Amino acid sequence: MPDFLTQTALLWPLAIPLATAALCAALWSNAKAQRAANLAGLCLTLVASLVLLNSVMTEGIQVKQFGGWAPPFGISFVADQFSAAMVVISSILALAAGVFATADIRRRQERSGFYPLFQGLMVGVNGAFLTGDIFNLYVWFEVMLITTLGLITLDRTRAQLDGALKYAVLNLFSTILFLMAIGLLYGVTGTLNMADLAMILPNTEGSVALTVAAMMFLLAFGIKAGFFPMFFWLPASYHTATIIVSAVFAGLLTKVGVYACFRVFTLLFEVEDGGIRPLVAFFAAGTMVFGVFGAAIQWDVRRILSFHIISQIGYIMLGLAIATPLALAGAVFYIIHHIVVKANLFFVAGAIHRATGTFDLRKTGGLMKSSPLLAVLFLIPALSLAGIPPLSGFWAKFMVIDASFRGDAAWLGAVALFVGLLTVFSMSKIWIEAFWKDSPRKIVHVRAVPVAMLLPIAALGAITLAIGFNPEPLVAFSQLAAETMADQAQFIAAVFNERQIAGVQP
Amino acid sequence: MSIIFSTMSRLFFALMLIVSIYMLFRGHNEPGGGFVGGLIAALGFALLALAENVATARRALMVHPVALMGAGLLLAFASGLPGLLSDRSFLTHWWAEIGSLHLGTATTFDIGVYFVVIGGVLCLIFRLYEEVDQ
Repeated sequence: MPDFLTQTALLWPLAIPLATAALCAALWSNAKAQRAANLAGLCLTLVASLVLLNSVMTEGIQVKQFGGWAPPFGISFVADQFSAAMVVISSILALAAGVFATADIRRRQERSGFYPLFQGLMVGVNGAFLTGDIFNLYVWFEVMLITTLGLITLDRTRAQLDGALKYAVLNLFSTILFLMAIGLLYGVTGTLNMADLAMILPNTEGSVALTVAAMMFLLAFGIKAGFFPMFFWLPASYHTATIIVSAVFAGLLTKVGVYACFRVFTLLFEVEDGGIRPLVAFFAAGTMVFGVFGAAIQWDVRRILSFHIISQIGYIMLGLAIATPLALAGAVFYIIHHIVVKANLFFVAGAIHRATGTFDLRKTGGLMKSSPLLAVLFLIPALSLAGIPPLSGFWAKFMVIDASFRGDAAWLGAVALFVGLLTVFSMSKIWIEAFWKDSPRKIVHVRAVPVAMLLPIAALGAITLAIGFNPEPLVAFSQLAAETMADQAQFIAAVFNERQIAGVQP
Repeated sequence: MSIIFSTMSRLFFALMLIVSIYMLFRGHNEPGGGFVGGLIAALGFALLALAENVATARRALMVHPVALMGAGLLLAFASGLPGLLSDRSFLTHWWAEIGSLHLGTATTFDIGVYFVVIGGVLCLIFRLYEEVDQ
């Protein structure tokens, strides 16, 4: 049995959410059963992703050919350290969201199909992290897009439809760009398997089609990830969704775009050639600065946090712009830290809403007196996001900025430091308005925050603290992941040396 | 609705279901399959909803469209599992030959797709027709 489990480890983080989504849909009329199936599925997915991470750490890159079709003809699924870690962290986040949902999700939202859609989103996210085929990546992006639209419009309000429309238009544009880039790439190389592409592309003569394809990939993933000139859809849509959905989107969706960017621009294209580096550097700096400025003028907690997603994406892109092993390791560390912290801040926003009945900072207040525990739990991710030592954000920022000074990009490091300062400003604004000042309304009606909300916030806060006080293992892991990610030969060898199995042959 | 339309729609409903099942199994080696079959079946239910009303069509379907979608997805998912036992690979299908008849777990996958398509399309159509009724 353990043998069976390690041999199929790659499948389960995909298969369990898929089966759970199907089960939740099949149990349509029974909300209680859906709730139970959802939580059970999330727990199992977390276990499965930990098993996967374990086998990647002990046995190296895991590869699976679905349907037993040999590469490059069949669809490969590949898990290296980076993707396995992403799957683990997204499963942790999904479980936290599932627990939070038990207290926050309303009957009407359950009837609109929250559980099947949520599990469907996890299928898309995990699929995107694990696939080794560029067209298959597109398919997972579409799966995510469809479920996302369902999740945004869970309440069927006018604001949500408006947000969903903005989201849909820009993301459809991005997937069309992505699809055209794939078409160009296929026209030049005749293959879609990432490992095969990584083998063929270095021997292919540079052409206009390839350069255009690379630019289109950058733009397509850039829209998904919320880069500087293309980010406006994000703060226009995220805050309309219900808070659990916002938290999951904030933690995961943009990071899938970032992940795809890293995969394509380490495996298929080099950042060095074709003028991609200055472009990425420009995007990174713009994303950091404009995200943080956008946040400064907002008063809705969710909008402030949405703009901060963008500014933080800039830090991660900074790692790709410099593209030294040190910078890539910093970026991996940053992504992991950021998923935990950002989702946690959205959960806190949900708790603030529960306690005071509003997301508008001007109307909140007095939470420090009424729920001191929540105040402490807010401070952990908030200070971590701003990069105050010794929390996880400090190490993440330190690694990226250190890499940028060493990698002859001191101006990027300077921008990053400046943006860090402004992040402190935004976080202290939330702190002063929601927690410190007295409530502006005369009749203070502060509701208690249920344990099911505090539990995930505390758990994610504990992860932040654990990374902060003991960053060494994660730093070592990030360096290993960055090394594997940059080493194309290892990826190619893993895909093509996968144990050939008797049975169906192409 | 005219009496001719409503009478003929019942006939066509039955015919379409038969054709859809034929299409489903024809897809094994020829054009057709779960997706096309599912579309034709969904069209049959849509015709019923148009000729009578949505409630009649919902009764004819017996289960909620989303539940049907979930059940189909489960079936398709389950069809991939045997491959795990034989060679540790999801969706590697099993085949049995009985005389000239090839039977495989791939057929189960297609039946799953058939249900998912019926459920998905009807989810949309029923909701749209109900808006019109109101």
